[in-house]
Amino acid sequence: MSTQSMTGQGVLIPALKADRGGQVLLALLLIAAVVVPIFNLMIPEGSFFHLSTYTVTLFGKYLCYGLLAIAVDLVWGYCGILSLGHTAFFALGGYAIGMYLMRQIGPRGVYGNPILPDFMVFLNWTELPWFWEGMNHFPVALLMVVLIPGLLALGFGWLAFRSRVTGVYLSIMTQALTFALLLAFFRNEMGFGGNNGLTDFKELLGFDLKTPGMRVALFITTVVALAVGYIGCRYVIASRLGRVVQGIRDAEGRTRFIGYQVESYKLWIWVFSAALAGIAGALYVPQVGIINPGEFAPINSIEVVIWVAVGGRGTLYGAVAGAVLVNYAKTWFTAAFPEIWLYALGALFVGATLFLPKGVVGLIPARREKTA
Amino acid sequence: MSTSPAVTGPVGLRMKPTGKRRSTNAPSPDLSHNIILYVEGVTKSFDGFKALNDLSLYIETGELRCVIGPNGAGKTTMMDVITGKTQPDTGSVWFGQTIDLLGLSEPEIAQAGIGRKFQKPTVFPEHSVFENLELAMACDKSVWKILFAKLNAVQRERIDEVLGIIGLKDQRTAKAGALSHGQKQWLEIGMLLMQDPLVLLVDEPVAGMTPQETERTAELLVSLAGKHSVVVVEHDMNFVRSIARKVTVLHEGHVLAEGTMDEVQNDPQVKRVYLGE
Repeated sequence: MSTQSMTGQGVLIPALKADRGGQVLLALLLIAAVVVPIFNLMIPEGSFFHLSTYTVTLFGKYLCYGLLAIAVDLVWGYCGILSLGHTAFFALGGYAIGMYLMRQIGPRGVYGNPILPDFMVFLNWTELPWFWEGMNHFPVALLMVVLIPGLLALGFGWLAFRSRVTGVYLSIMTQALTFALLLAFFRNEMGFGGNNGLTDFKELLGFDLKTPGMRVALFITTVVALAVGYIGCRYVIASRLGRVVQGIRDAEGRTRFIGYQVESYKLWIWVFSAALAGIAGALYVPQVGIINPGEFAPINSIEVVIWVAVGGRGTLYGAVAGAVLVNYAKTWFTAAFPEIWLYALGALFVGATLFLPKGVVGLIPARREKTA
Repeated sequence: MSTSPAVTGPVGLRMKPTGKRRSTNAPSPDLSHNIILYVEGVTKSFDGFKALNDLSLYIETGELRCVIGPNGAGKTTMMDVITGKTQPDTGSVWFGQTIDLLGLSEPEIAQAGIGRKFQKPTVFPEHSVFENLELAMACDKSVWKILFAKLNAVQRERIDEVLGIIGLKDQRTAKAGALSHGQKQWLEIGMLLMQDPLVLLVDEPVAGMTPQETERTAELLVSLAGKHSVVVVEHDMNFVRSIARKVTVLHEGHVLAEGTMDEVQNDPQVKRVYLGE
């Protein structure tokens, strides 16, 4: 890190050159973007090498989680803010794109109303609530994907950081935030489909969501978003702002007394992270085909923290590794031994804390040094 | 006994005379009355205990002032009030003629030109020595500016200069957390210098230092006076004797005596409460 601040070049290129884990991650993403379409679309279904559309979507989902994990690692690993409510931003991003997808259904719903989604007809509503206006336009929906989580994070962060709420108190507040949203979105009167949420999506930008081609397109979009998100976060961390933020993590008082408005820095990185989480949610929803209030469940946010801890906190690529590994394990466990998954998850967290303080990725350089 | 401010120790400090403070858009204090810091009638209670009791203190531009006093005399609370960490119950604190420090936050006070060294050395342990100095450097510290900030040649040179002053040239890429206690103290002083402050508040700079390190610190602080006003809080009487021209004795949150080292040592009240004679 110190060498890069001394060279005359820009910030990003030297940072990526020094970032082995990041290079591996970006290479894997590139390979996935090339290989997955070939094995899914070009190799016929009966073949041994065929990759099922189900698997494509499953890994697309994992990569969305990877982006969410990066967002959490950015604030937790680098700024010391342990967020136990980041799926709130994820879910809000998901709801934003979900609203667009609902509007795309048009008259093909069960009740055939060209404007109102089915659940509104069911509730005997006669007109669209004001906040659904404009959500039939894709650019508006995309804007909302980052704007709504960003604004919520801005309001929450402004109040919390200005009052100098830190540590476990802040974590509890983030849990309360996501729990409050869970309860609110469960209510039918909120206008987001209540308990059932938003589902039965048909098309995105006119393309049928169920075709393998569209599934692959969504997967590649997710790969690109994760790669761009990773590079963006790497830039932030390698910039002087990144060093200030890590300074806040290690010695907040010192940062303040050398003239940095600590609250502004926390707020900036917090809002940036929330927007990333929103993008992850927006990529997730078209692939899984549903968004409901269950996504706000406090336990989900805690799971994200476990991914990051297991993968390796404060590395960014470790967060992605953790998200993919833990969720792969979850998919396997919940199919093979559904009743013990939560115990396994707990054991994983305790085990990682005790034996792998640097996470799974912490194992790799240690081994390399020994052999070298 | 007291050394002339022009003396430069082996540390070789030579401040480049800059007409303007290079730091920021922060307002410069009006120093027309040659007093840089006014602490007037400041009282601060914690749960009924008066840490500061009607404390008044004036620091002249460019002077080196030592503040001594027994534990609990209010030395650290005084620094907390000046740097914005603690709001006093009554009283006023002015930076020059025009800047009311009580209305400002810690970063604003730091930007205005008051640097602080903590009692326990506080550096960024995960950053290199170079990066510690870089972060402390006086510049526009708003978020967007810092996101795209790059070091220019002048700034790089300045960091190298300070690395030389604090004797950490060979440790520039070392993690600050790996430095020895004395080196951390020096790095923190270096971070203060990078801020280019008008006033340096230095809390127990030689605690835990070897005699050689103490001596170098004394030389450094003496050489800083003149361009900066330096306020040193210290317990080590030999150290105070070696650097001080004017000493303020605090007792129970109040100024007990003020004068040269000899004067305060011969003050009967001071003898009674502090020097234990």
